Amino acid sequence: MTQDARLESVLGRGYQHGFVTDIESDTLPPGLDEETVRFISAKKQEPQFLLDWRLRALERWLAMKEPHWARVNYPPIDYQAISYYSAPKVRTDAPQSLSEVDPKLLATYEKLGVPLHERARLAGVAVDAVFDSVSVATTFKERLAAAGVIFCPISEAVRTHPQLVEQYLGTVVPYGDNFFAALNSAVFTDGSFVYVPPGVRCPMELSTYFRINAAKTGQFERTLIIADQGSHVSYLEGCTAPMRDENQLHAAVVELVALDDAQIKYSTVQNWYPGDEHGRGGIYNFVTKRGECRGRNAKISWTQVETGSAITWKYPSCVLRGENSVGEFYSVAVTSNYQQADTGTKMIHLGANTRSTIISKGISAGHAQNTYRGLVAVMPGATGARNFTQCDSLLIGADCGAHTVPYLETKNPQAVVEHEASTSKISEEQLFYCLQRGLSEEDAVNLIVSGFCRTVLRELPMEFAVEAQNLLAVSLEGAVG
Amino acid sequence: MSTPLLSIHNLHVSVADREVLRGIDLALPAGEVHAIMGPNGSGKSSLSHALAGKPGYAVTAGSVDYLGRDLLSLPPEQRARQGLFLGFQYPVEIPGVNNAYLLRAALNAARRARGQGEIDAFDFLGLVKERMALMKMDESFLSRGVNEGFSGGEKKRNEILQMLVLEPRVAVLDETDSGLDIDALKMVAGGINSVRSPERAILLVTHYQRLLDHVQPDRVHVLARGRIVKSGGPELARELEQRGYDWLLDEAA
Repeated sequence: MTQDARLESVLGRGYQHGFVTDIESDTLPPGLDEETVRFISAKKQEPQFLLDWRLRALERWLAMKEPHWARVNYPPIDYQAISYYSAPKVRTDAPQSLSEVDPKLLATYEKLGVPLHERARLAGVAVDAVFDSVSVATTFKERLAAAGVIFCPISEAVRTHPQLVEQYLGTVVPYGDNFFAALNSAVFTDGSFVYVPPGVRCPMELSTYFRINAAKTGQFERTLIIADQGSHVSYLEGCTAPMRDENQLHAAVVELVALDDAQIKYSTVQNWYPGDEHGRGGIYNFVTKRGECRGRNAKISWTQVETGSAITWKYPSCVLRGENSVGEFYSVAVTSNYQQADTGTKMIHLGANTRSTIISKGISAGHAQNTYRGLVAVMPGATGARNFTQCDSLLIGADCGAHTVPYLETKNPQAVVEHEASTSKISEEQLFYCLQRGLSEEDAVNLIVSGFCRTVLRELPMEFAVEAQNLLAVSLEGAVG
Repeated sequence: MSTPLLSIHNLHVSVADREVLRGIDLALPAGEVHAIMGPNGSGKSSLSHALAGKPGYAVTAGSVDYLGRDLLSLPPEQRARQGLFLGFQYPVEIPGVNNAYLLRAALNAARRARGQGEIDAFDFLGLVKERMALMKMDESFLSRGVNEGFSGGEKKRNEILQMLVLEPRVAVLDETDSGLDIDALKMVAGGINSVRSPERAILLVTHYQRLLDHVQPDRVHVLARGRIVKSGGPELARELEQRGYDWLLDEAA
C-alpha cells in the first residue's frame, strides 16, 4: 500500500467513527456554574476526589475578584459568556486544505521553516491525521514506556494513574492560589502529565508536538510534571509558529515537582495570536506556572521566549524548599504593536543554601508595554541562600515602554542577593554599522536583538533555539522604519 | 589615467543645518591610495560618513559617481554591497553578536548582490582564518561579541580584518591609525598594503603623517573648513608634519 493510500485509510477510519457528530454534541453553552463543572468531570470520567476538588475550586473562585495589579489594560471579561467545554476543536467551518488558509499566515510559517504537514496542522486544517507524525509518536511512546516514563494527557492520567494525580495535583499551585488558578482548577479540560521514576534520565525531550491532540486542548490547560528522586526531564511547551485562535482567554496552570536530586527543565516558546497592528484581537494569556524543589539538590529551570498574546500575565516561579536546591529563570519577552506583557518570576528560598538565577530580557517596539515583575524572597530558614538577578530592557522606537518592578524580601541576614538592571535602545550607531556592512535594516535589528537575548536563547534546547531566533525575527518585522 | 572608481563633484553636506562640506572635488582612480588630511573639525569624518550614507548627513549640492552609478541615490546598505567599505573611527559594540556571525552575514549580503550564492560555512572559516593570520589575531576572537570589550587597537584591527574579508572596491578608512601603538600601527598598515591592487582604491583619512610612513599614498589632499585647500604628492604629508596646518589655513582664509 502506498503512503497516500495508507493515509487515506487512516483518515477514512476516523470519519467512520462519527467524529464530527460526537463533537457537536460535546459543546456546552456559555456560562459557568456547578453543573458546568459536573458536566466536565463526568465527560472526563473522573474519580470522585477530582470532582470534589473542582467544586471546591469553583466555590473559591466565585468568591474571588479578578486581580488588577499588573500593568496591563483590557476591557472587562464576561466569564459567563465563555463556553467552558468545547472538546477537541475540530470546527465544521475549519479550512479543508492549505489552499483555504490565509496566505499571510502561510508566509509566516514558511519563514519559520515549519514543515509542510505541520503548517496544515497549525492552521487548523480539518484533516488532522498526519501520517508522519502518527508514526513518530508511536516510536516515541515505545521508547518512553521502556524507560518507565509516563507521558500522557492529564485527562488520561486521571483514569490510569489516579493515585499519582491525587498525590500531587494542586500541591504546588493550590486551587485557591489566585483568581485564574482557581478558574483553571474548576474547569480545566486537558493538558500534559509527566512522571519520571527514580533514577531515570528521560531518554528524549518531551514535547507537546508529539502528543498530537495536545495543541488543541483549549483554553484551560493543566500540566503536572513530577520528577522522582534522581531523575531528569526536559519538557518543551508550545509551538514556535503563530496559532490563530478565536479564543480570547487562556488561563493555564503548570505545576512541577522535583524530589531529591531531580532536575526539571521546562522550556516555552509562546506565540499565540498577538492581535493585529492596530491592537485588535489577540489572546489574553493569564498563566500560573510554579515549580517546587521539594527535595535536596533538586533543580528547576524555566526558559521562556514570549512573543505572542495581546496580554501576557505570567510569572513562572520556583519554591526552593529542599536544601541546596536551585531555581533558574531565563526569559525573553518581546512586545510589539499594542501588545502588553507583565511577566517575571518568583524565587522563594525556604531551604538552606538554596540558589537562584534570574535573567530577563524584555524587548519593546511600536506602542507596546513590557514589564518585568519579580520577587526574590529569602525566608528565615534559608541560611546561605544566594540570588542573582539581571533584567535588561531594549527599546525599539520612541512610543514603547519598559518597566522593571523587582520585589525583594530578605528575612535571613546571611542571604546574598544581587540585582542588575539596564535599559538600552538600539542605537543609530549600531544600526548604521550593520547597514554599512551590507545588512538590511531588518536583518540588522534582528542581529542586534538576538545578540541582546543570547544569554537566554542559549539555554534553549538546540532545535528550539533556531526556531526561537526565527520567531524573534518574524515578531519584530517592520518594527523599525 | 583610467576612469576613477569614485569621483566627487562639488559636494556640499550639512549636519543639523550646519554646512560641514562646502564643495569637495575629488577623483579616486583604480589602483591608487589617496590620503585626506586636515585638522580637527575640517570635515574629514563628515566626508567619510557622507560617502557611506550615514543618516543625518544631508547632501545639499553636488554629486558622487561610483563605478558609473549615482552613489548618493543608493541607501547605505546598497553602497556597502556594491563594494564601498567604511572603516569606522569609533567602531560600535554590538553585545552578544559574535564577530564571525556579523562578518559572514556581511559577506553573504555582498555575494548575493553580485549574484553569487552564499558562502559555505567551511569555506568561510578557512577564508577568515587566513585573513586573521595576516592581522595576527587569535581565533578565539571570532566567537567574541562584535567589538565587545575590545581595546582600541583590537577594534581597529577588527575593522581591517573586515575589509580583508569583504574585499571592497573602494575602502574609506576613517582615522584607522588613531589610538594605535606602534606595533598595532604596523599591523594595520600591513593589512592596508595587502589589499592594494589595480582594481581597488583606498581613501585614507588621517590626522597624522605617521600612518603614511607605512602606507605610501599616491596623492595627499588637505581638507580645511569643508574644502580641499591643497593637493600634492606624498611629500605634502611630510611638509605638513613639519609645518603643521596653520600655514594652509591662513592661505585658505
